[in-house]
Amino acid sequence: MTTTTMPLVETSDLTKTYGETIAVDGIDLTIQAGEVFGLLGPNGAGKTTTVLMLLGLSEPDHGDVRVCGLEPTRSPLAVKRQVGYLPDTVGFYEHLTGRQNLRYTAQLNDLDDDEAEHRIEQLLERVGLVGAADRPVGEYSRGMRQRLGLADTLVKDPLVVILDEPMVGIDPEGVIEMQSLIVGLAHDEGRAVLLTSHLLHQVQQTCDRMAIFVDGNIIAEGTAEDLATRLGDGGVTYEVATGSEDDRVDLAVAAALGDGPGVHNTGGRRWRVDVSSDDAPLLIPALVRAGIDVLEVKNLGLDLDEIYHRYFHEGEEVTV
Amino acid sequence: MSAIESPVLETWTRRRPGWMVVARKEFSDHVLSARFVALLILLGLVGVASVYAAAGALRDVAPQTAGVSGMFLRLFTVQGDPVPFSFLTFVGFLAPILGIAFGFDAVNGERSQGTLPRLVAQPIHRDDIINGKFVAGLGVIGLIVIVVTLIVAGLGIVMLGIVPTAAEVTRLLVWLVAAIIFVGVWLAFATLCSVWMRRASTAALVALGVWLIVALFGTFVVQIAADVVSPIDPGNPQTQIDNAKTELALSRLSPVVLYEETSTALLNPEVRSVGLVTLAQLDRAIVSDLTVPQSLLLVWPQLVGLIAAMVVIFSIAYVVFMRQEIRA
Repeated sequence: MTTTTMPLVETSDLTKTYGETIAVDGIDLTIQAGEVFGLLGPNGAGKTTTVLMLLGLSEPDHGDVRVCGLEPTRSPLAVKRQVGYLPDTVGFYEHLTGRQNLRYTAQLNDLDDDEAEHRIEQLLERVGLVGAADRPVGEYSRGMRQRLGLADTLVKDPLVVILDEPMVGIDPEGVIEMQSLIVGLAHDEGRAVLLTSHLLHQVQQTCDRMAIFVDGNIIAEGTAEDLATRLGDGGVTYEVATGSEDDRVDLAVAAALGDGPGVHNTGGRRWRVDVSSDDAPLLIPALVRAGIDVLEVKNLGLDLDEIYHRYFHEGEEVTV
Repeated sequence: MSAIESPVLETWTRRRPGWMVVARKEFSDHVLSARFVALLILLGLVGVASVYAAAGALRDVAPQTAGVSGMFLRLFTVQGDPVPFSFLTFVGFLAPILGIAFGFDAVNGERSQGTLPRLVAQPIHRDDIINGKFVAGLGVIGLIVIVVTLIVAGLGIVMLGIVPTAAEVTRLLVWLVAAIIFVGVWLAFATLCSVWMRRASTAALVALGVWLIVALFGTFVVQIAADVVSPIDPGNPQTQIDNAKTELALSRLSPVVLYEETSTALLNPEVRSVGLVTLAQLDRAIVSDLTVPQSLLLVWPQLVGLIAAMVVIFSIAYVVFMRQEIRA
């Protein structure tokens, strides 16, 4: 990460509470020009609240926000002029055509009419909607709306692009297109892109850096590799599949390696074994020595998916 | 796109105010909408029917009324067979529908379409949205009221062959302003409903319900309330006067009553009081017409009341909207 330019988005100790519940709990974020930053978290983690505070649409209870060097609550218009925002449920005026919808956004941004027409044409081409541009949005499919949404956020030629769950509900082909568009915004055009998602793979494939966001807190931040090493706590997780129901993997591992490793039956013939990196080479011999029919041993260790599941889906029931 | 050297930006100012952009878009949406066409036809037909009947009635009594002033304006105030309403009454009755039709889905429509988050993320102030919508609503209502009135006036001129005097035209213009403000009260109320209620259908039902209660049951409610506040003692005539005064005061809380009083005085030059008049007060009064400023003076409080009602209701809608969370 370079620190030669000033970050386009910067928050420190950003906090927002709704009554008793803390939606966002003192988070620090920095996003540079030219990078895609992913905010990864389950629904209700506070991602949208954070985004709204960046836009000045929600006032933080505590902490600082700087977008393009400005405070969104102090100079909302200047900030919103530079920030393109794609809401999680993007909507358009159904009776207007795609082009008319974009034109309205251009007018709201006070763009020069000729310049706006030119830009809109370019954007429609870029998101592949030239053919449908003069049809009412009411006839658009979900994927087309999402692409129109992306064009809409770019009408103002923003420095910062915020995309809230941009790939929900699009078909796999569309996701790939969308991802390359998003990456292009940052890498080719030097914008700062903030993307929120609850889908790990999309974040992993799109983002340069990411933060895992749970219950208003950022648990970890960095590149995918950073997170895997940091959250993997030096251990390796294996999934073991055995040939018969009553194979006692836990007893076999305990006999060979002592009480150190954690072994869980994840249902039927599947087990999950957490061992330290040093003990890892001993696992398979131990199983073989115990006479267990090993069908499969899979290394889950550095897979971010595993970390993600631990945090979001199993939560408190798994203690690592 | 150019490379970004310094992200620090000067504060940004608009060339064209945000509310104007919103108002322009909303106005063109309204004018192109089916409800605009439907309401224009509905009001046009009813207006023409009422004036056609009024013209017939006026022609029948024409010989006796030769030389009577304000003949042209009577087109709007007189009712004739077979239409049971004068133009004035029917505008009073139907105009609220106009206000409700262009306001009930102002804000919740944006919400349910999912366009509100996108709209507030644009570089306009949040109040530009509600202000622009209200201005556009008033504009389109004004357009309909003016068009219908002009059609009706033109028809009257053709049918009766009477050309309005300058004073009559002035009265009609002032009345138009009052009528638009009256519709504005209902537009403001419908906008308030659209801010408050998440579903457009609920907002429309509530607004229409309130309109029906005010228009149909208002007088009964006021009568009952007046009887409770100042009951009539049959042996004491003063209590009857008190009762009537209370009733009048209470009824003036309704914008419908304010509109009716304003219209009556503005379109009838011979009306010299909109309050309670005893026979003694009329004794030896010389029958003569009021001038336009005098008529206006007579209903100035009513007119101001209408404006105040519109402003107060819109302000409530404004405040509620400004405090609302953007997220649904």
